[in-house]
Amino acid sequence: MIASVVFYLLAAATLAATLLCITRTSPVHAVIYLVHAFFDLALIFYLFGAPLVAAWEMIIYAGAIMVLFLFIIMMLELAPGGKPLTVDRRRWIPVLLLSLVTLGCTVLLIVLDPAAAGSGAAFHASPREFGTALFDRYALAVQVVSFQLLFAAVGAYYVGKGEPRARGDNP
Amino acid sequence: MTELLITATLILVKLILIFAVVLSLAAYMVLAERKILGRMQLRYGPNRVGPFGLCQPLADVIKLLTKEDLVPARADRVMFLIAPGMASLIALLSFAVVPFSPPVTLFGREIPMVVCDLNIGLLYFLGLSSLAVYSIALGGWASNSKYALLGAIRGLAQLISYELSMGLAVVPVVLSAKSFSLTDIVLSQADWPNMVRHPVAFVIFMISVMAESKRTPFDLPEGENEIVAGYHTEYSGMRFGLFFVGEYINVIILGAMVTVLFLGGWHGPLLPPIVWFALKVLAVAFCFIWTRGTLPRLRYDQLMHFGWKFLIPVALANVLVTGAVMLAIGS
Amino acid sequence: MNLWRDIKGTLQAYAVTFGYLFRKPTTIQYPEEKRTPAPRYRARMVLTRDPDGRERCVACHLCSAACPVDCISMQAAEAPDGRRYAAWFRINFARCIFCGLCAEACPTLAIQMSPEYEICKRDPLSLVYEKEDLLIDGGGKDSDYDFYRHAGIGVANRRGGNADEYGPVDPGALVP
Repeated sequence: MIASVVFYLLAAATLAATLLCITRTSPVHAVIYLVHAFFDLALIFYLFGAPLVAAWEMIIYAGAIMVLFLFIIMMLELAPGGKPLTVDRRRWIPVLLLSLVTLGCTVLLIVLDPAAAGSGAAFHASPREFGTALFDRYALAVQVVSFQLLFAAVGAYYVGKGEPRARGDNP
Repeated sequence: MTELLITATLILVKLILIFAVVLSLAAYMVLAERKILGRMQLRYGPNRVGPFGLCQPLADVIKLLTKEDLVPARADRVMFLIAPGMASLIALLSFAVVPFSPPVTLFGREIPMVVCDLNIGLLYFLGLSSLAVYSIALGGWASNSKYALLGAIRGLAQLISYELSMGLAVVPVVLSAKSFSLTDIVLSQADWPNMVRHPVAFVIFMISVMAESKRTPFDLPEGENEIVAGYHTEYSGMRFGLFFVGEYINVIILGAMVTVLFLGGWHGPLLPPIVWFALKVLAVAFCFIWTRGTLPRLRYDQLMHFGWKFLIPVALANVLVTGAVMLAIGS
Repeated sequence: MNLWRDIKGTLQAYAVTFGYLFRKPTTIQYPEEKRTPAPRYRARMVLTRDPDGRERCVACHLCSAACPVDCISMQAAEAPDGRRYAAWFRINFARCIFCGLCAEACPTLAIQMSPEYEICKRDPLSLVYEKEDLLIDGGGKDSDYDFYRHAGIGVANRRGGNADEYGPVDPGALVP
């Protein structure tokens, strides 16, 4: 019961954050709302009994990919905005609302631990089971994907290498 | 329902205890750092407020609280105000998964000495440490100042780079503990700490952790002789204080992580477990301060080369060798 | 090998800083402990006296001309015997930068720098030192030096009216 309430709250927060993300004019704000959506998504994964996926969602999507997005945006657009931003208290509303929902759900998740006790128990996958499945049943798929990543890495290296520079030529 | 209430109360009590201990420890870390650095430079350090300067943190807090809280005119207000809080909050959150000592039995209940023993505790820590980038990035970007922006960009690149080697360095630990749970990792070090079993991983982890905490020799995001104060150039008063305290909370949490992952957590002879844990954390914190007193700041390209061309390959090779050895001896 | 050299160099630095941890700090805990400055230490200015105990200052204004921050001011006066002196002499130590140019400029060695370095007051106006505050007994660094013994005192009356002076020569007396 509580698990489904938490789920709907989190799902709504995810949707709201994503909507806010695609309607923002400032790219940095959009990235932040997207990170928030990822955070809520990670909580949903945790609720569903997939803590490992939740952790990867945080580490890879929120922690690495979006940081790279932010990096590029910050390199390209140097100032927060052309005109001085007015002090508008309404800008706090979505921020606070989303944060409160996420925080509340996190606390509920920790205290109740629905993944262990509630509805998700049947599908609960520990890191060990997850790893076994990934590298046993889906080993081929994992290899194919990793080869693709390797090709991409080699390609990126080749493209980024550029013209060989003459010796003694300081950058 | 009463069971639930007791669990919730216990978690609350543990949270408050950790909050109090960690925050006061962070305040005194500042003092300890100033005094130790002072002694290393043949000075005394702060010794005027109270006996041996012990009330200095209090004076600092009062100073920071009473200072004006400036917001630059064209800053992104909301983000500017949120970022420093995020820095401290994320550092504090990591403490949820750190086990301090073996479970204690109180009134017939077994109380685990950890706020929340997640079975992915290690990944939770890595996730939070990767989120720590955002406070720097947003704080620096929202300030709308070139120095802050440069600091933020440096911080972003540095943290992303060294997170990789940090993540790779803990793989051997996970391999030998066969679990992501920090309690299990500590339990697996009952006879030998991981520092002895995985020395290369330990060294890589220590270096990456220093880079993660943005302290000398990796303090490029706030390199004061190039970019004023880096990402917190525009901050003043308690908001600066939050960034500052966040850094020291970070030192403590990273010290706790080194202790848990490599120094055997609470294991140790004679003394009670919690004392051993505290001693080890403080020892690691001392190493941080010692390093700050010893090494100069790296240049930016040196930082990147060291991270990508040295640490990460070595960490990868270490994972490979450790895996092969463990396969060979069949443990 | 390079790597080995680097590791050794890094570890040596750690050993050095750790050793310094146990050395006695060189700090002087100022208000409790005070260092005695050397006699030639150049801090607050003083006005000295010649061997006879009279003021050396001849109010030539060279010091106030040399002063880069214009903190010295005085008014010249003349004694009945023709000796010049300062009617009043004032140094504003709130502005003084202790560069020592005044002491260098002084032809009579009147203005000299002393080792007294503790001059801070709550009220900046109390840092304005008058001649009475500046004058000391004694000759300071070169106590035997006496400007007027070298130069002679000026004349008090108009030329020609003094007792030890010949009267003007009458050119007509030379005419045959």
